[in-house]
Amino acid sequence: MSNPILVIAEVRGGKLRQVSLEALQAARIAAGENAEISSVIIGSGITALAGELAGYTGGKVYAVDHPDLASYNAPAYLQAVKGIVLELQPNRVFLGHTAEGRDLAPQIAALIGAGQISDVIAIEPGEQYKRPIYAGKAFEEKRFLSSSGVVTVRPNNIPPASAADSPGEVVDREYAPPGDLRSIVRDVVRKAGGKVDLAEAKIVISGGRGVKSADGFRPLEELADVLGAAVGASRGACDAGYCDYALQIGQTGKVVTPEVYIACGISGAIQHLAGMSQSRVIIAVNKDPEAPIFKVADYGIVGDLFEVVPLLTAEFRKVLA
Amino acid sequence: MHIYVLLKQTFDTEEKIVIENGAVSDDGVKFVINPYDEYAVEEALQQRDSHGGKVTVLSVGPGRSAEALRQALAMGADEAVLISDERIAADEGAAAAALEAFLSSQPFDLLLGGNFSVDSGGGQVAVRLASRLGIPHAASITSLEISGSGAVVKRDAEGDTETLELSLPALFTAQQGLNEPRYPSLPNIMKAKKKPFQTLTLDDLGLAEAPPLTERVSIALPPERGAGQILKGAPAEQAAKLVELLRTEAKAI
Repeated sequence: MSNPILVIAEVRGGKLRQVSLEALQAARIAAGENAEISSVIIGSGITALAGELAGYTGGKVYAVDHPDLASYNAPAYLQAVKGIVLELQPNRVFLGHTAEGRDLAPQIAALIGAGQISDVIAIEPGEQYKRPIYAGKAFEEKRFLSSSGVVTVRPNNIPPASAADSPGEVVDREYAPPGDLRSIVRDVVRKAGGKVDLAEAKIVISGGRGVKSADGFRPLEELADVLGAAVGASRGACDAGYCDYALQIGQTGKVVTPEVYIACGISGAIQHLAGMSQSRVIIAVNKDPEAPIFKVADYGIVGDLFEVVPLLTAEFRKVLA
Repeated sequence: MHIYVLLKQTFDTEEKIVIENGAVSDDGVKFVINPYDEYAVEEALQQRDSHGGKVTVLSVGPGRSAEALRQALAMGADEAVLISDERIAADEGAAAAALEAFLSSQPFDLLLGGNFSVDSGGGQVAVRLASRLGIPHAASITSLEISGSGAVVKRDAEGDTETLELSLPALFTAQQGLNEPRYPSLPNIMKAKKKPFQTLTLDDLGLAEAPPLTERVSIALPPERGAGQILKGAPAEQAAKLVELLRTEAKAI
């Protein structure tokens, strides 16, 4: 593959996102260790982060730093990368498969007439991109037919890039706000502070109909606090109104692949299993010994979650203290 | 107000996947409107009912997709258009090109679609289409208010809620929680059979081809996950055992 390769890095909560380093690693795998990889970082007050990114890429880092870019806005961010993309005419563009990446990637693909392969979990020899379909009930490998291609990388699947031998050069790029902004962000309400993001969480504690009420999530939240985990839910729990749909894991909802997945009071409907069965270690707590969730669980506890989960919390607190 | 809903027919999410001859078998499979697109259909109907106008449901896909469009007509949509042609490959770029070819000659105020499809899950077609048509978009919305020539939406971005203001025409993709899709009533199912239904090929759209930009090389099922161990003993013992196994055997904590 000929150069150039472009990685579009993402800033969230004042930090460079881990998935951006995973996207960088994906670019290295696809293009070869020696390929020169340029990158773009967009935000407000990102000088230090651009430097940090350059330490990983070893290639040029285009920093687009402007108060209007403090948070994601589709036309503004497209405007920020447009000039760079049109100038470099990259062969490949890599982004994280995040709220921002999912939104920006198809715009870039449309801009340069590129194909796009979304939600990639591995890159196989011959530049074949492996990705889940039917939320992980099956996997396909795809390749590009177009000369240029855009790739979004699912968090937590490709190892993050390690530091480059020598840091790359940071190039500041001017941002010219588009004259006619037909979409403006009026307000952003951040989710409750300190909560771990579901897609990127190393440990996910998930509740189903068995939690019985919104309050029933409290023991799960306590366990999550001890483990630094994110809390998720099954469709059953969301449909019953015990929690917000943002927590839903499954074929509708989010697909998660954490190190440890703890399913509490979840029976294990096919559509839920699709969203979590690629987790490394699965633990199921359920009253019903016949629940299908036990068929995919590495460790199962047949019992009442309201008794078992607080015991687990106490036990983890002891060993992690 | 003319609203178009982009709709895809997908497998019911309770279906298991069977691979035959290097492709997903659709033998005996129950098909549904992609769940996220169903929210889009419902939203279109509600917006039409408060602001007046017409809802057209639009799909690119195989002939069987007609069934999903009929379902949307039975929910209350006014017209359906199916773009069906074997020359349109299974690729998001190709689908977006076909949709663009159709929509660029239609007047519309609002395009609604799902956040992603639960089968191929690329989540690209709608945003790609908005870019190609040169209209603003917001993905993953959980509320939509139309007033005059503008819209205010709330959008879910990984748990954050963004409020955006856009000018129309615009495209929005639906996230769960946007609304509660209705079930078709029997009289509406009967009425749906008489509603306008157009089937178009690439020739009708004036396109010689809709070339794919990507292709599938292989497909496989995930390795089977064997059942693990059920822990024994009193609850407190099980809890202690689990924590120990996670540390020593699974080396996960």
